[in-house]
Formats: sequence, C-alpha cells, structure tokens
Amino acid sequence: MSDTTVLVSQSRLSSPPAKMIHSLFLVNSSGDIFLEKHWKSVVSRSVCDYFFEAQERASEPENVPPVIPTPHHYLISVLRHRIYFVAVIQSEVPPLFVIEFLHRVVDTFQDYFGVCTEAAIKDNVVVVYELLEEMLDNGFPLATESNILKELIKPPTILRTVVNTITGSTNVGEQLPTGQLSVVPWRRTGVKYTNNEAYFDVVEEIDAIIDKSGSTITAEIQGVIDACVKLTGMPDLTLSFMNPRLLDDVSFHPCVRFKRWEAERILSFIPPDGNFRLLSYHVSCQNLVAIPVYVKHNITFREGSSQGRFELTLGPKQTMGKGLEAVLISSQLPRGVLNTNLNPSQGTYTFDPVTKLLSWDVGKINPQKLPSLKGSMSLQAGASKPDENPTINIQFKIQQSALSGLKVNRLDMYGEKYKPFKGIKYMTKAGKFQVRT
Amino acid sequence: MPVVTELFKWEGTKAKLNTHFATENRQFGSKMTDSKYFTTTKKGEIFELKAELNSDKKEKKKEAVKKVIASMTVGKDVSALFPDVVNCMQTDNLELKKLVYLYLMNYAKSQPDMAIMAVNTFVKDCEDPNPLIRALAVRTMGCIRVDKITEYLCEPLRKCLKDEDPYVRKTAAVCVAKLHDINAQLVEDQGFLDTLKDLISDSNPMVVANAVAALSEIAESHPNSNLLDLNPQSINKLLTALNECTEWGQIFILDCLANYTPRDDRESQSICERVTPRLSHANSAVVLSAVKVLMKFMEMLPKDLDYYGTLLKKLAPPLVTLLSAEPELQYVALRNINLIVQKRPEILKHEMKVFFVKYNDPIYVKLEKLDIMIRLASQANIAQVLAELKEYATEVDVDFVRKAVRAIGRCAIKVEQSAERCVSTLLDLIQTKVNYVVQEAIVVIKDIFRKYPNKYESVIATLCENLDSLDEPEARAAMIWIVGEYAERIDNADELLESFLEGFHDESTQVQLQLLTAIVKLFLKKPTETQELVQQVLSLATQDSDNPDLRDRGYIYWRLLSTDPVAAKEVVLAEKPLISEETDLIEPTLLEELICHIGTLASVYHKPPSAFVEGSRGVMHRRLPARTGSGESTESPDVGTAAGGSAPEAAPSIIPSQGDLLGDLLNLDIAPSTTTGPPPPTTGMQMGGMDLLGGGLDSLMGDESEPLGGDIGGSPAMGAGFGVAPAVMPASLNAPVGGGLGDLFDLGGGVGMPMGAYIPPKTVWLPAMKAKGLEISGTFARRAGVIQMELILTNKAMSVMTDFAIQFNRNSFGLAPAGPLQVLTPLGPNQTIEVSLPLSTVGPVMKMEPLNNLQVAVKNNIDVFYFSCQYPISMLFVEDGKMERQVFLATWKDIPNDNESQFQIKDCHLNSDAASNKLQGSNIFTIAKRTVEGQDMLYMSIKLSNGIWVLAELRVQAGNPNYTISLKCRAPEVSQCVFQCYEAVLKN
Repeated sequence: MSDTTVLVSQSRLSSPPAKMIHSLFLVNSSGDIFLEKHWKSVVSRSVCDYFFEAQERASEPENVPPVIPTPHHYLISVLRHRIYFVAVIQSEVPPLFVIEFLHRVVDTFQDYFGVCTEAAIKDNVVVVYELLEEMLDNGFPLATESNILKELIKPPTILRTVVNTITGSTNVGEQLPTGQLSVVPWRRTGVKYTNNEAYFDVVEEIDAIIDKSGSTITAEIQGVIDACVKLTGMPDLTLSFMNPRLLDDVSFHPCVRFKRWEAERILSFIPPDGNFRLLSYHVSCQNLVAIPVYVKHNITFREGSSQGRFELTLGPKQTMGKGLEAVLISSQLPRGVLNTNLNPSQGTYTFDPVTKLLSWDVGKINPQKLPSLKGSMSLQAGASKPDENPTINIQFKIQQSALSGLKVNRLDMYGEKYKPFKGIKYMTKAGKFQVRT
Repeated sequence: MPVVTELFKWEGTKAKLNTHFATENRQFGSKMTDSKYFTTTKKGEIFELKAELNSDKKEKKKEAVKKVIASMTVGKDVSALFPDVVNCMQTDNLELKKLVYLYLMNYAKSQPDMAIMAVNTFVKDCEDPNPLIRALAVRTMGCIRVDKITEYLCEPLRKCLKDEDPYVRKTAAVCVAKLHDINAQLVEDQGFLDTLKDLISDSNPMVVANAVAALSEIAESHPNSNLLDLNPQSINKLLTALNECTEWGQIFILDCLANYTPRDDRESQSICERVTPRLSHANSAVVLSAVKVLMKFMEMLPKDLDYYGTLLKKLAPPLVTLLSAEPELQYVALRNINLIVQKRPEILKHEMKVFFVKYNDPIYVKLEKLDIMIRLASQANIAQVLAELKEYATEVDVDFVRKAVRAIGRCAIKVEQSAERCVSTLLDLIQTKVNYVVQEAIVVIKDIFRKYPNKYESVIATLCENLDSLDEPEARAAMIWIVGEYAERIDNADELLESFLEGFHDESTQVQLQLLTAIVKLFLKKPTETQELVQQVLSLATQDSDNPDLRDRGYIYWRLLSTDPVAAKEVVLAEKPLISEETDLIEPTLLEELICHIGTLASVYHKPPSAFVEGSRGVMHRRLPARTGSGESTESPDVGTAAGGSAPEAAPSIIPSQGDLLGDLLNLDIAPSTTTGPPPPTTGMQMGGMDLLGGGLDSLMGDESEPLGGDIGGSPAMGAGFGVAPAVMPASLNAPVGGGLGDLFDLGGGVGMPMGAYIPPKTVWLPAMKAKGLEISGTFARRAGVIQMELILTNKAMSVMTDFAIQFNRNSFGLAPAGPLQVLTPLGPNQTIEVSLPLSTVGPVMKMEPLNNLQVAVKNNIDVFYFSCQYPISMLFVEDGKMERQVFLATWKDIPNDNESQFQIKDCHLNSDAASNKLQGSNIFTIAKRTVEGQDMLYMSIKLSNGIWVLAELRVQAGNPNYTISLKCRAPEVSQCVFQCYEAVLKN
C-alpha cells in the first residue's frame, strides 16, 4: 500500500492538517491574547502576528478582514463584545462553518456567564475550557446545543459555586445527555415546571436608506420570533399566522417541521427548553415597507465662512397609531467641524470634538410638538468647505406593533394535558436606518 | 462574575434581586471565580503546583489541575508537570478526569514516553459501563499523537465502532479520521475504513453524518481512492440522514453530495427537491452548502423545465437573507454571490437594492457590494446604480470613494447606453476638485475613451484643466495617454507633454513609458513641430535611464522611426483592440470550478482550490456536470494515466484585471526572465554599422520615399520580438526570426540571461542492446521555469525507426510530458536526433523509491521499451522559492526538530558568496547571511514544484573545504535528494 501514499500526505505527519478548526485565540481590544485553545497540536501564538498586522492596518476595529491568509494557516475571526475570536485553520474549510461555530461559542459564553467579556471568561476559565473541548472534537463540532451542553457542564451559579467549594462536588455532568442522540436533539427529556408558560416575541428591525429628498432608496425588514418556552414534558406546538403570505423568505430553528410549513403554512414543532430563536424572516423592499419616521434636515456649509447651519426636525409617519420611543439620532459630522452650538427642543445632545460624533437622545416623539435640533457649527477658519455630507443614523422603537403587519393567529399545544400560559409581544426597532443629507 | 441573569429575563421587577446577588457575589471576589487560578506567586510556581498535585486531598489535587489548565489557556508552558498531572488521572471524579485529559492532549506529544503511562487508564475507560466515559476515552486517545499509543488504540477503537450506544459510535467514527492522520497505514491494515463505510448505513443520523465527515477528511488526503463511493443507494441514505442530523452534520452531508454526479436530469431534480428545504435553515453555512449543491445539479436540468424556473426563484431569498447577517458572514456570502451572479445573473437580477451600501458597513463589505452592483448593472437599473455610486463618491473613506469612481467607469464600459450618463457623472465629480476623486475619474475616463473612441473627446478640455493637480502615477499616465492619443485635437499637446518632460527622471516607470509613447505618437502626428521634443525624450529614455524596459522601448521607437517611418506609424498608431467588461470576469473554466466549491476558502479568494494550503497536490479539479440525460458520468478528475500525447490540464489562471490591459501595445514587459525560448540565433545581427543617433530621424523629416532604412534587415525583426501582440502587428512586419530582441539586449548592454541552473551531463539510460537497436541517453534541465527532458535518440539498428512516443509511470512529483515527443522525421540507421521534451508537474502522483526515480516507457514502430532514470531534484525548484525572512524564521521554528537532517559536503573550495551565487542559479535562494566567529551561516529556501518548502542552513568556514548543511522540511524524505543537489551544484 505504501506506493499509494502520496508524498504530500507523508508531509502531513509532521504537521497534522486540522480538517476543521485547529486552534482558537481570544484577543481583547488592546491586542492581548488572553486565552488560547488547541484542538489538535499546539500552534504558536505568533501566528496571531498576522492578525495584529491586519488590526493595525484597519481604521476601525470592525474593519479587520474576517479571513486572513498566512503562509501556513488561515485566520478566520469575528468581533463580538469587543473581543476578537480568532480561529486558526490549516486547510480548506468552509469559512461560514467556522464563523457560525464562533458565533455559537459567543452565544454559549453569554448563555453561561450572562455576559461575554474578558473578565467573565477569565473568571470562568476552567468552564470555558471544558465547554470548548465539549463543543469541538478533532475540529468537528460535537455538542453546540445549549441544553445539551448544560447537562454536560452545569453553568456556574453563585449557589453552585458555593456548594462546590464547600462539598467538593463538580459542575461536570456524569451522565450522557439525553438529547444528544434523540430525534429531537434540541430538547432534553424529563423537563418539569410548576408554571407552564410559553412566550413569543415578534421583533422586527427595519433597515433603510432614505435619500436627501426624503424618498426611500431601499428598505427592508428583518424579523425574528424569539421564544421562551418553559413547558413540562414533550409538548408539541403549532403556531399559525393571520397573514402567513408575508413570510416568503424564512429561516427556521431545526425543530420546525418544514414539510408542514410548505403544505399548510403552519409552524409545527417540539420546542427546545428555554430561550431560542424559532424563526427569522426577511421582508424585502419590493413589498413596500412602511417608513415610520421622517426627518427634515438642513445642514449647510458655505464656502469661505467658518460657520455652518444645522437644522433637524423629526416626525412620525405611518406608525399605525403607535408612538415612537427611545429615539436616538447620531451622525458623524465632517472632519472640518470644530464644535457645535445646537439647541434641542427636547432631550439632550452631545458632540465629541475628537471623533466628530453628534448624538441626540430624543426620547419619545410627541406628534403635537415635533422635536427639533437647531443651531450652528463652527468650522476650521480658512479651511475649504467639507466635501462629504453627513449621514444621519436613527434608532427608535415602536411597542406593540410589527411593521410588516405580521400577526400570530393562535398557538396550540398537543401531547401534554396541562394548560400553559401563552403570551405574544410585538415590537419594531430601527436596524440600520440611515438618512442621507 | 457568574450572575444568574437568565432566570429573571422575563420579570423586570426582579432586577433588583439580581443586582443584590451580583454585589454579594463580588464580595466573594476572587475567591469564588476561576481568576484565582492565575494568582500564584511567580517564584516557584511550578514547584508549588507539583506539591499540590501530589497532595493526598482530592480537592487540592483538582484545584491544582485547574491551575495548570489556567496556565495552559494563556500559553504558559507547564509541560514539566506531566508526570504529576498524569498521576491524577486514575480517579472516579469525572471533572478531574476531563481536566487531566485536556492536559494530556496538549502535552502528550512532547512527552511520548510518559504518555504511555496513561494507556492503561484509557483502555480501562473504554470498557466503562457509562457511555459518556467510553466515548471520552476513545476521543481523547485519538487526540494523542504518539505512535506508541496508537498501537494500543486499535482494539478499543474497534469495539467502540460497534458499540451499542450511538454516542460512542459517532465519537469513534471521528477517531478513525484522527488515527488515519497519525498512521494511515495502520488504519488501512486494521480494516477501519471498511467499518467506517458501513457506518454510512447506520440507523442513527448523527453517526452517519460523522462517518461522512471522517471519510471526507480521509478522502482528501487520498485523492485517488474510492472511499466515498457515491451511488444512488448511498445518496439516498445520505438524503435521509440529512433531514435528521444536526446542522453541522448537514454541512458535511451536503458537501459530500456536491461531489456526486447524478446519472440523469431526473435524479438531479429529485436530489434538488430534497435539498431545497435546507435553504431555510438558520445556519448560514448549511444554506450556502445547499446553494452549492443546487447550483451544481441545476446545470443538468433542461432550461425549459418548469422546475428549473422554480429553483431559480427559490435561490434568491436565502442569498438575500445572508446579507442581513453579521458582517463577517456577509463578507463570505458576498464573495460567493459574486461567483453566482457571474454564473447565473438571472437569480439576483431584481435584487440590486440589497447591495446598496450603508455608510457604517465595514469597508470589506462595502467593496464587495460595490463589485456586485457593477455585475448586476443593466440598462434597466443603471440610473439607480449611478445615483448610488455618485453618493458613495462623497463618502469619507478614501479607498471606498476611489472604488466607487472606478465603478462608474466600469458601468460605462458594461452598459453601453449609459456611457454618456457615466461620463457626465464623472465630469460632475471632477468639478468637486477633490484631488483623489479627480485622479480616479481621469483614470477611468481613459478606459471609456478606449471603449468608445471618438465619442467623448469634448471633455478633454476639462480634463486638461486638472493637469497640475495630478500627483499619482496612474492618473498622470492616464492623462498623458489621453494627450498622446488625441494629440491632433489638442492645440498645445506639445507644451503639455513638454511640461511633464522636465522632471522625467523623477517620474515612475509607468509615467516614463507612457510619456515616451505619447511623445512618439505626437511626433508621428505632427512631425514638423515636435522633432526636438522627440529627440529629447528618446535620449532621456535610452541614454540617461538605467531602466531596461524604458531603454528598450526607447531603442525600438528610435529604430522604427529611423528605418521605416511608415511602419512606425502603423505600429504606434495602430488600431487598439477594444476593451470590454469581460476583462474583469472570472475565466469560465475557473468559474465552473469555483461554483463547485461554493462556500470554501477557494470561493472567498476566487482562486482554484489547488492553489490553497501548501502541498495540496492531487486536488481534484471539479467541473460542473454537463447537461446530459445519459447514464455516463461526465465528471472526470485528472486521474487518468498520462497518455502520451494529451497534455494534462493546466491550472486555470485568472485573466488580468482591466488595469493590465490599459494603454497601448508597448506596455508589454520585456524583462529577459520571461523569454522562454532558447537564446535567439545571432545571425540576425546585420546592423552593426548603423548610426543610431544620426540621420535616421532626418529621413523621416524628408521625403518618405528616401530609402535610408530600407536595406537594414534589423527593423522587421524588431517587430517579431513583439509577437505577443499580434492584433496590432501590421502584416508587413512578419519577420522570419526572433533576432531583434536579442540585438536589443546587446544594445541595452548588461541584460544577460540569469546564471544558468546546474544540468547534469547526459548519461545512457537505455543501451541499444536492450532496445532492439535504440539507444537513449539524456539529462534533465530547468530552463526559464520549464522542466525539460533532453534526450538523444540514436538508431543503431539496420532499419528505420518511426512513430516515437513517450510515457511516464506515476512518480513522486507528478512529472508528465507536457506534449508529445517531437520526432517528426523517421530515424534512419546510424542517425542521431536530439529532442527536448517539456515536462509538467501535474501528472498522477505516486511515491517512488528512490524519491527521484522516474520510470519511462518509449515506443516506436518496433516495440515498447522501458527504462528508469533519476532526475536531479533541483529541476523541481521553482523560481518563486525565495521566502520572506520573517516567514523563514517562523517556518524554521514551526517545523519540528525531528525533521532536521544534517549533511557534510566535502572538498568544496568556494567562498560563501560564490556558493550562494551558484546555488541561486538553481533556484536555491539565500535569504540571509550571518557571520559568527569566522563561520558564515547562509540561510536558504527552496520551493518544490508541488509546494513543499525546504529550508537550509549552510555553514561555511573560511579555509575549511568541508561545508555543513542542515535541512528542514515538512516532508523530511526529500532532504536526501536535496542534499545531493547541493553537492552536484556546488561541485560543478
């Protein structure tokens, strides 16, 4: 057989090709590696030098390219919670696979420690290590479902930490997780609650670009249905909508029975235990998305003058009678602006003369008295007028309303006898909502 | 701080309680969290840990192991504690056991003898009644890359592969892949591969998915094996498992399905139907893998089929959805969408708006979106696109603004009807006077002129106004090109060009070349006023410059002008080939291959998969299946035998981007290293006495019929040197020999060929006795990057020999003839012929003993003869084998010391510089030199044609004829051959 062994595969002996993820480095915002985990052989952390180089070149932290080639490896990274998760791979691997896995790592940390910060990770370094080992074997994802992991490695809680410290017991599960191999790997068996409840949040984010004159260039809605299901036993749920036709572009949690959806437009599923994202959907610009807010603006610079005018007025539009809340305006003003002298009719505004970031916390919009921000900007004396026009970023919330008009019709439960408490909430938020000036 | 936020998510009222807990927790402070494991005293840390690890108290032990793990996470070396940690392994505390296993995996390799201590516990754990422990043991054991341990692994692994618990089976499946990585032979001998194949039919979908993943990984290192034997039955099993396994398993299965070629369109459709639901998966990697399968199988469906249209419609929404994900995912998705819109623009033709850029997108997302916008631009949406692009041109980010301006130019070239609009948009932008915007605009306007000649010249006046603000070479060159090209319409063209000439030597090469050409154009158009100018530029280019390209081009013009002005006109002012949008499209064969690799790194970099990761030879080239209803498989990976005449497919290359196609014909590089042919015969040299600087120009000024240049044979030859640009070659310049170029090099002076590589003397490979009168002797050489087999065939028989052909057996480096053996005339008795056969390195690969052994079969009309010969490995050393210094250092450290081998070269009397020069001729590159105590250390790198790097350290001591050489390579078996080459090169 030796003659079939390709020379190259021989060379692999000395340096194993990780089919999948070889190593993981966690890097904080000041560029220090504070954790490393290797699933195969140890890769020297000097490999991250290439990452640091890219980081230095990038003008903003989020501009570091997600895939960086080095002579012997590829670095695939994501930036979450101001931590770079840098995966090292050595051969052809689908990059999305790696990125999705890294997201799962971030989610798991957040799930376990409440927050995903350097401090939290350092405080729980052993659990982190155990988790990473459990999530990946030889570079293959092993267990990434939160509730399987929680059976294998119990999340740290104050109580348990105290008990463990006193009694010396462990936070590692001794038994094979029940969900690991069942047909419903996302749900463990033997779930018990005294209060059975199922809550669904329909949350829509609207992304839009509005041009100078106020007309919509593009608008789309990214919607999700997040669920918190605490039900005893093996409940089988169905969720139906008043207007399922809206949902022509959807991504489901694996628990959803796709065939049933295709045929009847009904979501039928055995839910995971606890919090999960049941569905995400996308309503595209062709379907005429209603724009809930408008901005009147007048930002002008004159040639040869060291003053610029700034006027901004906001108003509601097509909100279906619901109020706009938590409105926050931000805008990156041109570099030439030294300072601003503005007057908000409500809320507070700040301007950072270093980063040139203007932000105005408006709060609620009262349709009878539209909020405005007016005043002047001082420019560098003698400099020519700025070339770029600032873009205005708007954030807002609308409670009790899904902008697309999506409505849940009913939720039914089969397979269990008790009567659960059910709740549905709707909310609309601004995603990347930008107004050009 | 571990805080129980989750419990209170729904009830805001309990938030208070939450903070209460948090403060309480803080009081416990460092005592309660793992951060305490970091706070050991610096002094005697290891010693302290050692004591704690050997403590009798279980709890203390566990805490100590945790401290060790904590040190490991920050990259501290705690391998010294190996025996102490391993001693903690025998425990019934699962957490402690896991922690010890974690440690073992990290350090076993550095302590192989100690690692043996762990074997017994592993074997015992593989029999544990708890499946979790059985799986854990087999999984960890596979991660310990120590040969001695793998021997003990076989039996437990065999049991675990047949374990009653699927969790153990699925873990064991992955373990086979791990073991194969350590010892492929062992895995084959033990029959694990067959067991693994059986697991594809396992009842549990997770086991199936893992078996597929393991087999795929193994198959990757065995490109020719038939491990994943896909047939309709196994495909059916995979499709069934697809619906039931986890998201990761789905990715493995989909990627595996993508390698299958359905028998006909019906099977193709039925697979597509079963894969489509995956498009609605929340995991974007699953979605993209599904897209890959569909894009590939779709190729087989007839276009008039209803289902084909349905499928096209189904593909758009998931792709759009990917764009609302996190920026990193978006980036990968966009790179792939870029391929998809080139292959099937109809899928996303209505989705232009989702690619509009948001101002706070990361720059890498912005640039990709921009590129796709141009690809989707059409007459229907061009107004929208231009409005957007104009908007982007006022953004803050300079890079992005430049790309946006370029994009406007590309739109003009792509959508003809929009050209006018684009030009006026560009003029608007030029009015902004923003320096970099103006410069980019001028660069693209030049392209628009190329595409639509004589249409938009009215804007030249505006462009000229901005002449002074241009400070970037590309913009200057573009402007100069425009002035030269339209010299007859610009009244003060001579003044404009003259103004550039003042600082000629401070300009970059690009501008110098362009200026030279532009002035020659101007001269040909307006000879009377510009004679002085052209004299000036020609002498600047030929006498005062040490840039060979510039000098050569100067001489070419000079001679053309002096010998045959009419020809000069025809050459310099020839019609230029039109440019088109096609120039930035990916070449179709590469595109097909990339479509088959959607979702991979190859698709992100738009390079063929074979270009990835060092040493990845033997990658199958995938093609989209042809649309046939027949049962024949159309996929043919390059594994066939190297048939005599058929040259193996060369790796597709990317067509140069439009920037390279700019300007005129003379932008060709004529660097000597790229001339591949043998040195031109010197017979073409007939023009020795020509007064180059003298009267030639006068002849142009005077009556054109004056036959001054007519009798000089050199000038037509000049044209032949430019045979690369046949489109612009007037027929009259078809010269018989390529002598001109050789002359030019002589004139330029000092531009000799690089020092030659070492070529061993010819030896007799096949004696006439053994081959019915045919004697073959030969050698190998590498000339200008091409490997040549140089043969002398002698006919020592009485009859004529004809019909020669040659074929190689598989060999270590995939050598194969790149063309047929060129013996065109019959070989008469006692005749000898010299043939040189170019070789490629893309043939089938098989390891030979010795490594550089080559088995050859030669056929003629009489019989087939076999012989074997050995080639010097140096002919596989490629020209780009010079490593960056830092990479060298990193690689040197990275390669384990076991792979280092040392040799002595005796009786060599060169000094280190001479040696280094000599070696360089054979593509052995010296990267650095260091002198330590009178001893010169040379650090060198070599790259083999299959991507293997060899690093060398050569020690030369003055006065000592014996050199010492250390070689480091990931494939240590080449070291011996490389050493032989060193010896041969240095001693010859």
